Amino acid sequence: MTDKTMTPEDVVARLHSGMTLGIGGWGSRRKPMALVRALLRSDVTDLTVVSYGGPDVGLLAAAGKIRKLVTAFATLDSIPLEPHFRAARQAGGFELSEIDEAMFMWGLRAAANRLPFLPIRAGLGSDVMRVNPDLKTVTSPYEDGETFVAMPALRLDAALVHLNRADRLGNGQYLGPDPYFDDLFCEAADSAYVSCEELVDDFGAAAPQTLLVKRHAVTGVVATPHGAHFTSCVPDYDRDEAFQKLYATTPWPEFAARFLHGDEKDYQAAVQTWHEETR
Amino acid sequence: MTSRAEYCVLACADAWRDDGEVLASPMGAVPSIGARLAKRTFSPDLLLTDGEALLVGLDGRAEGWLPYRQHLAMVTGGKRHVMMGASQLDRFGNQNISCIGDWERPDRQLLGVRGAPVNTLNNPTSYWVPKHSRRVFVEKVDMVCGVGYDRAAAAGPSATRYHRIPRVVSNLGVFDFATADHSMRLVSLHPGVTVEEVQEATGFPLGRADEVPYTREPSAEELRLIREVIDPKGLRDREVPA
Repeated sequence: MTDKTMTPEDVVARLHSGMTLGIGGWGSRRKPMALVRALLRSDVTDLTVVSYGGPDVGLLAAAGKIRKLVTAFATLDSIPLEPHFRAARQAGGFELSEIDEAMFMWGLRAAANRLPFLPIRAGLGSDVMRVNPDLKTVTSPYEDGETFVAMPALRLDAALVHLNRADRLGNGQYLGPDPYFDDLFCEAADSAYVSCEELVDDFGAAAPQTLLVKRHAVTGVVATPHGAHFTSCVPDYDRDEAFQKLYATTPWPEFAARFLHGDEKDYQAAVQTWHEETR
Repeated sequence: MTSRAEYCVLACADAWRDDGEVLASPMGAVPSIGARLAKRTFSPDLLLTDGEALLVGLDGRAEGWLPYRQHLAMVTGGKRHVMMGASQLDRFGNQNISCIGDWERPDRQLLGVRGAPVNTLNNPTSYWVPKHSRRVFVEKVDMVCGVGYDRAAAAGPSATRYHRIPRVVSNLGVFDFATADHSMRLVSLHPGVTVEEVQEATGFPLGRADEVPYTREPSAEELRLIREVIDPKGLRDREVPA
């Protein structure tokens, strides 16, 4: 069977400017940050990013790589407002499709199920309809005759997700309390890349429901220990709150110069040095 | 003596009275303490989360699994009563947490709409405002995230079918929309607050009865639970200073 292991650079080489990119996780939780950092080092730009936004959105916005963002929010969780997302929005830095959290999930489900849309009550009456003038409604063909938002499929050219464990074939396992929507991101995408804390030969006696992502929906697997840093990846590690605070309070050029100048190994080393200095 | 923060906790707790076996989703310290007080006293059947993906009892032990995908399904199923925050709230209960100013290029980008649209159309949605002011209570919100009564009515029967805003609690009083045109009404004042003070801090005219009662007093047991069991560290006082 196909060994799908690759490096972050291999993943980015398969991405191209102008594509629609889904990013898994939620807020500042289990984000595929190592893959995002690899993307920052590349020439790929002009992206449509589809994400329950966290620092993934902040980093890509600060680096000017987002043409359009599809999201319900951007937050660092313990720090409610994502600073670079804010700055970019206030500077008119990218186009925004702002939709509700549930509409987002319905959009991924529609895409994963190869449906053009799914009906949802959410959105009606809200300004989500005003700021997304392309959104249409649909009337139930049954007796109720109710009208709903026809949430269009959020079909993705590629998806990036980060899980606790994966095998070389592309099966992925989450060990934390919440799968977020990582399986849906993979199924909604033409190609999906799974980074993981640990590459395993088999999943042993794992509870089967932890085996979230199935290999048929995965194109590449990347071992990136600490690859969700500074977001949380429980139970492997919690969010690095001190570092996140540094990220949120340091001017972007200064942060990028210190932490994003080299490859992933350089990043992890720079983080470690910073922690040693501040100890 | 009962503090202002404690009256706020009580007013929040009362939002979940008679709700039965539904998920109480409090956002903010005071609503969280209120939800726990409600569950410990008059609404024992309420479900609570740990703030992540677990449903937990009062002792913190897990009794169920509720990842985001199931949480959102619980919203659309209606078995939930959320108390959200609001950066702006208008007289018909439209709420904004997305941005201040023109949406195209906001003066201040905030969180985004989050789940406010799905919440307001599917399960009862109350609001908590720790600092009542004209900046929050505005004539018109800049971006309708949570849907108010006028906007739901204009959007039609699919929007109004499950739409309900049971109450708004602020550091000054309690409000609801039980008026003929569903405009906001002052229901009770926290002791020490005057009608004039509330109206002065509100950017639109508030309906009210001739005699506005005070928010109810806590029982001795409720005060003990708040102070000794649920919030011994006094997080409530940080959200609503004395």
